[in-house]
Amino acid sequence: MTTTYPSPRRAATLRARAVRFAEMATTPLLPADYLDLVAPLRSGAPLRGRIEEVVAETADAATIVIRPGADWAGHVPGQYVRIGVDVDGVRQWRAYSLTHGPRADGRISVTVKAVPDGKVSNHLVHRARPGTLVHLEQAAGDFVLPTEGGKFLFVTAGSGVTPVIGMLRNLFPVADSGAVRLARSEPYDIVVVHVAPSEPHSIFLANLRQLDGAGLIRLVARYDDQHGVLDVEDLADLVPDLSERTTFACGPAGLLDALQQHHDGRGLPLLTEQFRLTTLVTGEGGTVTFTAADTVVEASGDTPLLTAGEEAGVLMPSGCRMGICFGCVVPLREGTVRDLRSGDITTAVEGDGVNIQTCINAAAGDCRIDL
Amino acid sequence: MTVLQKKTESPVAHLTAEDIENLGRELDAIRAEVIADRGERDAAYIRRVIDVQRKLELGSRAVLLVSLFPPAWIAGTIGLSIAKILDNMEIGHNIMHGQWDWMRDPKIHSTTWEWDNVSPAAQWKHSHNELHHTYTNVVGKDNDLGYGIMRVDEDQRWHPFYLGQPVWNFINACFFEYGIAAYDLELGKNLRKSRRSRPEFKARYKQVLGKIRNQVTKDYVVHPLLSGPSFASTMSANFTANIVRNLWTHSVIMCGHFPNGVETFERRSIEGETRGEWYLRQMLGSANISGSKAMHLMTGNLSFQIEHHLYPDLPSNRYAEIAPRIQEIFERYGLTYTQGPLPKQVASAWAKIVRLSFPNGFFDQVAGAGAPVVAPVVSLVRRTADRAEPARPAA
Ligand SMILES: Cc1cc2nc3c(=O)[nH]c(=O)nc-3n(C[C@H](O)[C@H](O)[C@H](O)COP(=O)(O)OP(=O)(O)OC[C@H]3O[C@@H](n4cnc5c(N)ncnc54)[C@H](O)[C@@H]3O)c2cc1C
Ligand code: FES
Repeated sequence: MTTTYPSPRRAATLRARAVRFAEMATTPLLPADYLDLVAPLRSGAPLRGRIEEVVAETADAATIVIRPGADWAGHVPGQYVRIGVDVDGVRQWRAYSLTHGPRADGRISVTVKAVPDGKVSNHLVHRARPGTLVHLEQAAGDFVLPTEGGKFLFVTAGSGVTPVIGMLRNLFPVADSGAVRLARSEPYDIVVVHVAPSEPHSIFLANLRQLDGAGLIRLVARYDDQHGVLDVEDLADLVPDLSERTTFACGPAGLLDALQQHHDGRGLPLLTEQFRLTTLVTGEGGTVTFTAADTVVEASGDTPLLTAGEEAGVLMPSGCRMGICFGCVVPLREGTVRDLRSGDITTAVEGDGVNIQTCINAAAGDCRIDL
Repeated sequence: MTVLQKKTESPVAHLTAEDIENLGRELDAIRAEVIADRGERDAAYIRRVIDVQRKLELGSRAVLLVSLFPPAWIAGTIGLSIAKILDNMEIGHNIMHGQWDWMRDPKIHSTTWEWDNVSPAAQWKHSHNELHHTYTNVVGKDNDLGYGIMRVDEDQRWHPFYLGQPVWNFINACFFEYGIAAYDLELGKNLRKSRRSRPEFKARYKQVLGKIRNQVTKDYVVHPLLSGPSFASTMSANFTANIVRNLWTHSVIMCGHFPNGVETFERRSIEGETRGEWYLRQMLGSANISGSKAMHLMTGNLSFQIEHHLYPDLPSNRYAEIAPRIQEIFERYGLTYTQGPLPKQVASAWAKIVRLSFPNGFFDQVAGAGAPVVAPVVSLVRRTADRAEPARPAA
């Protein structure tokens, strides 16, 4: 007896026809617009997630547990995810480090520290409610440990501990019996130098201590109010075998710059992650025209073009918002912009299409952008 | 109606240049206040309207699958008509105005939205947002004044062609979406031989044909086919819903700028117009419709035409909220806030279309000559016109 199956090619054609027919029934909307009403997390939908839990960590930090949509592709600990949240009705995108390894329940979580006047961080920490739909992008970032192991030093400051906690939790899962050492974490030898303004402000301090207590890592905690602000010159004393270690650092620009200098001077390997743009150079702004959106705004010399466009309601592509991912690149058709980090000037003359990152460039005169 | 600049008694004669600039500042302040307060409540509003519209459309189309059964035909047709009206008015029109762009939701944004109407969003946005809202009621500049096929102002020169305009207007009302598409294409101008073959026109023309094809396929082929034995009745239901939507939107839009009490302006008068003067033109060139909340929703809040013309890009749910303050400003500046219930405004607009299909003063002449046949018509047209006098706001 023979059974006939439709060949994969025919099945694909049939499927394409069915989709086409559904589109003909819903035009000008798409079938997806109706499916979104009932199944926003389905496969094939733009990536979204649903907040399932909000757990307070300290007075101004909380962990947000999210059930990602079916197409979530997973992550490597240390990576971040971009989350689009509606705050006061406005979609805001921010990056947050994932604070765990792959989980059996398929959920993901980020830990957010509310910064003074911060739109998104305050919303997530104080006002986010389970059940809320958020928008997601696939995990990204190179701040990850090599798979073969080695000797490492983590230098973390404040909320900069989050990507590191993601890596540590992955290496040393906390079971009921306490932290456990798995075979795959054997080759990792880790020291953590954690800096915080004061002890009660330290997110994840308990986790770090637990790992330290179980002998899985060595923790050196430094509080500004007890030990004074960390001087990178002291690192060699705090970590005697510093020269054998690869350093991963995440924290404010001041600390990272000092570390970079210190390590460069000694030829030591260093990988850094920063959470925000540090504006060093500003100047006169100008009138910015977004051609496709037909929008004109007056932008000051210290406002990234990304922010200026967003505030005018232009749909600006964006990513990390601090110059690392190139998710915000658009062609500058005409005019001059200034890199807020270095003061470098980029100029385009009529007819050009110089690609610029809008998150770190501000207007330095009138300019015209293709958006 | 005669352009304001030619009137012997101008309704703005009592305002000094300084008054007008103060007026502008007051209106700017209200705008700034709404923008500062815009937020979650507004976002929730538009999302809810979209959600309701989609469910209503789905539900109605589902009911119409068995439209052979008369109650299903009736319920489905009513539901679908309402869904199409919501799509065009409160949702499409307002999103394409950029009223919700501030939400930065790419799915609810003026640059990405497409509506269930044969005029492509991009073309409509150009002719409506850029031309009509900029040149509101400027004779010879604002094509919405009569859509280029009708005489709606004494200052437009009469031509025998206009005798038929009550008929044109009725046909336009029934097939309004096609009228809008033709008008956005500037068909009248572009069909001339010299322009017809321009690639830019051809591209736009193709877009319109594409949208017509999509809508016709959806309403008259795909859904009827899905209805199986109810093929013909579903087709008639969809046709009815399209006509109802057309008649309704046409009526609402006529009420915005045609009723008595609305002023028109001379081309030259807008040269070098200040912010205050621009506001003043919008205030005098628009008329509101009074009615219930449901009526406002179904008009896409174009029943607050005055507020909409002052602030075309503020969220539509805010118009009702600021209306009392706008009325108060009208009163304080001694201006007339024109508004009336829908039937009255529609009658007033139609009366004008009938009156202006004849040369200026024609009705007075025939009435004076006592022509026995036309006299009753004349008095009817006159009466409707009189009854539609602008409503003064309640003190
Ligand atoms: C790769 C990456 C990973 C990140 N991971 C995390 C994380 O795991 N947890 C976390 O809490 N944040 C993380 N951030 C920072 C986060 O994306 C936001 O920048 C932060 O939450 C502030 O956003 P906001 O909307 O609250 O502040 P905004 O409204 O954007 O800014 C308000 C004010 O706060 C200042 N500000 C902005 N960012 C910071 C900051 N990080 N610290 C202090 N002041 C700031 C601004 O200069 C401004 O004056 C990460 C950022 C990046 C780029
Ligand atoms: S948003 Fe990442 S580089 Fe600009």
